[in-house]
Amino acid sequence: MSAVVFFIAAIGAIAGAIGVVALRNPFYSVLALVGHLLSLAALFLLLRAEFIAAAQVVVYAGAVMVLYLFVVSYIGGGAHQLTPGGSNLRLVAGGAVLALFAELAIAVLGSGLKAIDSDGAPYVSGFGSPAAIGESLLTKFLFPFEVASLLLLVAAVGAVVLARRRKGTTLDDAERDAAHYITPRSLFSGTMAEAVGAIRDPAEPPVGVTDENERSGW
Amino acid sequence: MSTTTWAWLVLLFPLLGATVNGLGYKKLSRGGAGAIGTAAIGLAFVCAVGALISLQGHDAEHRALVSSLWDYAVTGDSGVDAKLSILVDPLSVYMILVVTGVSTLIHLYSVSYMRGDHGYSRYFAYLNFFVFSMLVLVLGGNFLVLIVGWAFVGAASYLLISFWYRRGTATRAGIKAFVINVVGDVGLVLGTFFILRHSGTLDFLGTFRAVEGGAFAGHQGSLTAGCLLLLVGAFAKSAQIPLHTWLPDAMEGPTPVSSLIHAATMVTAGVYLIARMHPLFEQAPAAADTAAIVGCVTLLVAGTIALTMTDIKRVIAYSTMSQIGYMIMAVGAGGYVAGLFHLMTHAFFKALLFMAAGSIIGAMAGGQSLEKMSGFRRAMPFTFGCFVVGGLALSGVPPFSGFFSKDEILAFVGSRGGWFDALYVLGYVGAFLTAVYTFRMIFRAFLGEPCAEAKELEHGHLAHAEVHTNPANGEVEDTDVGFPGPEHTIAERALPMKVAMSLLAFGATFAGLLQIPFVDHVVTNFLEPTFADSKWIEQEPSNGLVTFGLIIGTVIALSGIALAHRIWVAKPGSAAAWQARFKPAYTLFVNKWYFDELIDLVVVRPFAAFGNFSRRTFERVVVEGTLIGGTTSVVRAGSSAVRAIQTGFLRYYAALLLLGGAAVVLYFLIAAS
Amino acid sequence: MSIAWYLVVSALIFCIGAGGVLVRRNPLVILLCLELMLNATNLALIAFARMHGNSDGQIFALIIMVVAACEVTVGLGLIVAIFRRRLPIDVDELRELQG
Repeated sequence: MSAVVFFIAAIGAIAGAIGVVALRNPFYSVLALVGHLLSLAALFLLLRAEFIAAAQVVVYAGAVMVLYLFVVSYIGGGAHQLTPGGSNLRLVAGGAVLALFAELAIAVLGSGLKAIDSDGAPYVSGFGSPAAIGESLLTKFLFPFEVASLLLLVAAVGAVVLARRRKGTTLDDAERDAAHYITPRSLFSGTMAEAVGAIRDPAEPPVGVTDENERSGW
Repeated sequence: MSTTTWAWLVLLFPLLGATVNGLGYKKLSRGGAGAIGTAAIGLAFVCAVGALISLQGHDAEHRALVSSLWDYAVTGDSGVDAKLSILVDPLSVYMILVVTGVSTLIHLYSVSYMRGDHGYSRYFAYLNFFVFSMLVLVLGGNFLVLIVGWAFVGAASYLLISFWYRRGTATRAGIKAFVINVVGDVGLVLGTFFILRHSGTLDFLGTFRAVEGGAFAGHQGSLTAGCLLLLVGAFAKSAQIPLHTWLPDAMEGPTPVSSLIHAATMVTAGVYLIARMHPLFEQAPAAADTAAIVGCVTLLVAGTIALTMTDIKRVIAYSTMSQIGYMIMAVGAGGYVAGLFHLMTHAFFKALLFMAAGSIIGAMAGGQSLEKMSGFRRAMPFTFGCFVVGGLALSGVPPFSGFFSKDEILAFVGSRGGWFDALYVLGYVGAFLTAVYTFRMIFRAFLGEPCAEAKELEHGHLAHAEVHTNPANGEVEDTDVGFPGPEHTIAERALPMKVAMSLLAFGATFAGLLQIPFVDHVVTNFLEPTFADSKWIEQEPSNGLVTFGLIIGTVIALSGIALAHRIWVAKPGSAAAWQARFKPAYTLFVNKWYFDELIDLVVVRPFAAFGNFSRRTFERVVVEGTLIGGTTSVVRAGSSAVRAIQTGFLRYYAALLLLGGAAVVLYFLIAAS
Repeated sequence: MSIAWYLVVSALIFCIGAGGVLVRRNPLVILLCLELMLNATNLALIAFARMHGNSDGQIFALIIMVVAACEVTVGLGLIVAIFRRRLPIDVDELRELQG
């Protein structure tokens, strides 16, 4: 019975993952991810992590993805192609990903860890329950817990700061047409290009020429 | 107070004077700098006298006292023992008395002479530094201190020759002097090394003991080489041929500087060196004989050149070169006492002559040419008197001091016998030339029809130059710092100058009384403890030779003066006639025997060519092109290759990250299997 | 099912997410793929927690969820700011930081 649930959940997760990557419209990608997250929650349940599964559904799929949906709605789908140029990158990407998956699979399947082949260690009842998680959080992992709350605060403040409107920072249409995508920097403002000598002041003489007329000798 | 304490004080006061004047040159008043400088040397002279009295209190065997202030680098038994030590013995006390005594008088003279100059405090700082360096040189107790003093003296000489640093001629002369002195320094250091190899110690007394104990028994070559290299140093410092070309150019410095450094003290350092190293030279007769021959050649060549010079300071400079030739000949032949006695009398009369020359140059408002000077006798009687006293002493007319010292040298050289007889004869030829050129200078400048400046001065009006010019090449200059000041002084109007010159005239006249043949031997007795180990100390010329020398010396001197009188006073046009008759000789002499051109051809041009080659080829192609250009282009290429990774594409970076991650996992996978 | 199955699924999802980061040009979708990778890690952690029998892995996974949430927040804020500037939402065009 658990094997069936496992396979259904696993296939759902993988299908969702592929959907995120492959779907054109970012809106559909978000929905695919939601599906993926729900499948993952099922997998967590199979692994006896009830609280985590619930948190996944409520927080991740429920809050974070909703946030995502808002932003995607705001920004719009766009009509970008997958990768118009850069097929080299596609090849490299594919190659790297396949290599990585192969290595990880070998690592997992060829590992000497006996426990991987088992169903898991015997566990006390209450394993994975909110009580157990809560007790761990407040005793053994108190410090990460506090730091995580600080991190949340920072993220909240950061989001507000990043997204607020400031005077003069948004371009209207006339300026947008005039603005370059890559804004050129003014000369001598310290770009890397200047530092390595790709751009130089035309008034300076080129390097390596000495004045032939300089007086020498006695 | 012990003798060595007196000696340390002798060193301390000029150093203090130099430091105070040097650091406070902006704040000290004119008079202050001069007073501090003169007082410093005066105190040093007092301490030198104290050292003398204290030294004579020891008995004769124990008159070589060494005092060391600090061990700089002492290694084991037979190795380098570099200490800051001084050796106080009759020779060094003699030298410090001469140096501090004459220096005090020259400082006193400079107080008036340099009155108008804007670099007054700097001048006294440099002059005190020079005296300090010279004292370090003569008081040094080991080769290290000697070399340090030698180098400092060269540096002080450079600073003072190019004192009027905005004059191109002066700075070039300073550089020339310094470069030639450095050649001598190299010789000195190499000579020290050759001696150190087998003596095992840098200390003088230790070295002399080792030499006498036979440390060089199988290494005669090393000893001779070492002594010859020491001679290179001596010749450079004392302006002997072939390293003499800097001395006439050194007359670019102020006249008191010429008087102190290039007459009385620095140029005698070579004589002191040979006298101090006499145990070494006596075991290396080749080197000693070389010294004697070079001294003789120099005295003749310099004498002939002095006959033709028209710049009054250059006449006196070549005269110095010639007289030092006498001293070198003496100490090379073994007549140390004679040479050192002449050193003292020469210091007196040569300093006096330079001071008097400074006075007449002041009367000419800075002009130095004998062709423009004449008839100053009535206008400047005191200066004339000093010139005559100095000239008589220089020519060797009895009873002036130069007569006794020069004849003692020649008598000793004659008593050596063998080929030294040639040197003896040539020495008298040189004495004749000395008398002629000295009185040529005096008669031309003081006798005859008074020139315009002299006439003005007779009416009480000191000549003043409207436009200040460089006497050497006529370039126009101003009177701000770096050039001579606007005022010129003459001895008749400045009491310090008169006092200094009078004291020197007294010394030039009466110093001979210290060592009259057959009568007294004050100098010999005083210096005896130092030279007791010399094999020549017992050698005395026979009475007949001495008497003959006295008579012939007088005759030659007086006939030289008479000849000079005939040519330049009695028959005024005959100088031109003589010049025409001896045209080739005259040309040779007036071009200074073409030594400058020879050195230019043999030394300067090859070095300059090598330098140019180095700059054009090696420096440009190898260093700038390959080494510097090469490394920079390698770095630039490397960095532009690396720069290609910074594309700005996010996905590219992510791909690199992933590839890297995959590689790491692969590594761990392989490592674990 | 043994733990190995869960780990293989986790590895697969991770690699799909990595590939998505490399391949897509829309920064929003890149962030989504990043979420995939984080979730894969979470799955692996929960699996190991089950394997060991203690809940340390679950705590870790919880904290990772917190971090992911923060990161999404800030990232989306950035994208909104870029959108407001009328710059194109395309990582290939946003490449001023280059050498």
